Amino acid sequence: MTTLPETTHKKLGLVIDLDTCVGCHACVISCKGWNTENYGAPLSDQDPYGADPSGTFLNRVHSYEVQPAEGAAQLIHFPKSCLHCEDAPCVTVCPTGASYKRVEDGIVLVNESDCIGCGLCAWACPYGAREMDAEEKVMKKCTLCVDRIYNENIPEVDRVPSCVRTCPAGARHFGDLGDPDSAVSQLVAERGGMDLMPEQGTKPVNKYLPPRPKDALPEFDVLAPFLDPVIAEPKGFLGWLDKALEKL
Amino acid sequence: MHPAPSVIFFSTFSGLGFGLLFFLGFGFPAVTGFTAFAFFAIAYVLAVGGLIASTFHLGHPERALKAFTQWRSSWLSREGWCAVAALLVMALYGAGLVFLEQRWTVLGIIGAFLSIGTVFTTAMIYGQLKTVPRWNTPLTPAYLLSISIAGGALMAGQITWAIALLVLAGAVQVITWTMGDNAFESAGTDLASATQLGNIGTVRSFEPPHTGTNYLLREFVYVIGRKHALKLRVIALGLMVVLPVLVLLLPFNHWLALVAVLSHVAGVLASRWLFFAQAEHVVGLYYGKR
Repeated sequence: MTTLPETTHKKLGLVIDLDTCVGCHACVISCKGWNTENYGAPLSDQDPYGADPSGTFLNRVHSYEVQPAEGAAQLIHFPKSCLHCEDAPCVTVCPTGASYKRVEDGIVLVNESDCIGCGLCAWACPYGAREMDAEEKVMKKCTLCVDRIYNENIPEVDRVPSCVRTCPAGARHFGDLGDPDSAVSQLVAERGGMDLMPEQGTKPVNKYLPPRPKDALPEFDVLAPFLDPVIAEPKGFLGWLDKALEKL
Repeated sequence: MHPAPSVIFFSTFSGLGFGLLFFLGFGFPAVTGFTAFAFFAIAYVLAVGGLIASTFHLGHPERALKAFTQWRSSWLSREGWCAVAALLVMALYGAGLVFLEQRWTVLGIIGAFLSIGTVFTTAMIYGQLKTVPRWNTPLTPAYLLSISIAGGALMAGQITWAIALLVLAGAVQVITWTMGDNAFESAGTDLASATQLGNIGTVRSFEPPHTGTNYLLREFVYVIGRKHALKLRVIALGLMVVLPVLVLLLPFNHWLALVAVLSHVAGVLASRWLFFAQAEHVVGLYYGKR
């Protein structure tokens, strides 16, 4: 069924801390590793060791430079994967019912045996979360590691998405965003979690935590700005050099 | 958006074919017997040929029948139903004309509306996409419908209608281009809303996720040939509308009519190429591109 559920009680998703992410891309590699050998078709690469490599990834890390009105620019690493939207446009456009949003936990999945590879769901997604695999010709997307999080054959500590388990900085959090008392919901409330492209009306479940404000240098003395600089003109050898060069 | 040849051919030729079926359904021209057979054969070759071309861009065309299941939510599925219904109803109506010399008027009108409905469902596949602001407007169905009906009138040999409808299609085309040029800015999606970092300062893409390209960039960030857009617009409008109208104003001649049709088709192909190549998907913003 490609109509969306009215509402889902559970809203499993990720909270990504842009203040903490160091841009190491470990989540990208661990995602590719887990998802290429587990649920669904593998994530193929084309010309991986050649001149023009490309491949299917479910998670990619962008880096943005943000220049404030005053002060130094900030570099912010920005992991991006499926946001498991409540009003997922990728689901309703699917002509075959291959794309669906699970009623029990809100995860957006693709039933690959029903996918005709028309690509319309990727057209409908504003976030670039869906990629057509060039080898298998079916649509691939983040499954929130549905084959890990309920998997009783692996240790309990591993029952989180691969990217969350891997992140060395602790910038990725997994939990139920439909439960206001969950750790992730509290983190979102405390830090002011953000929706990407809210004007698209997709109501993403995944939230992004904004970078914390940067420290400013403390003012040592209120009179300091009024004092003359210690050395206005160079003296000695540098003073002579300065004058000599001026005359040239 | 990547202008895939299969989709350009599909929308051009099936639009023309369904446009012709629209006129045949209303009995213009009022043909029977072998002449009707010729008209219907041309319409079916165009419409069905276009539909077959559209399956070339599917990853798994062998599963295409599954696309009939989701008509309640998906315009692509509705397009499938509409196309099959139109082709079946018009086949029955055409069989009456060709073999029995009988005109089943009501059946023809139903078929005509199903035919033009197919073009509308195709247009809505693009028109519904909020991610492509240039397409996300009622002008998208207006553009595809007006060209399809004008092309249908031309193919059906309805000269007076064809001239009027071609001029109308040309006007819709110019409005679509003009309004479309500002659509991305007025949609309000930019790198600041995409990253939500705008309240810190000016956001700039510093480094993409990979040094190479990927599916998203190939499919959604197609910039080749955009610099020739204005020239192509003039060529498209000239071939699609101006030349056919001038030719139709001359005394009728079958060879001149053929020139008008070929010029129109070439113009529509150019216009459809621009429809895709000039459409910008918001995902390009994440890559610092449009």
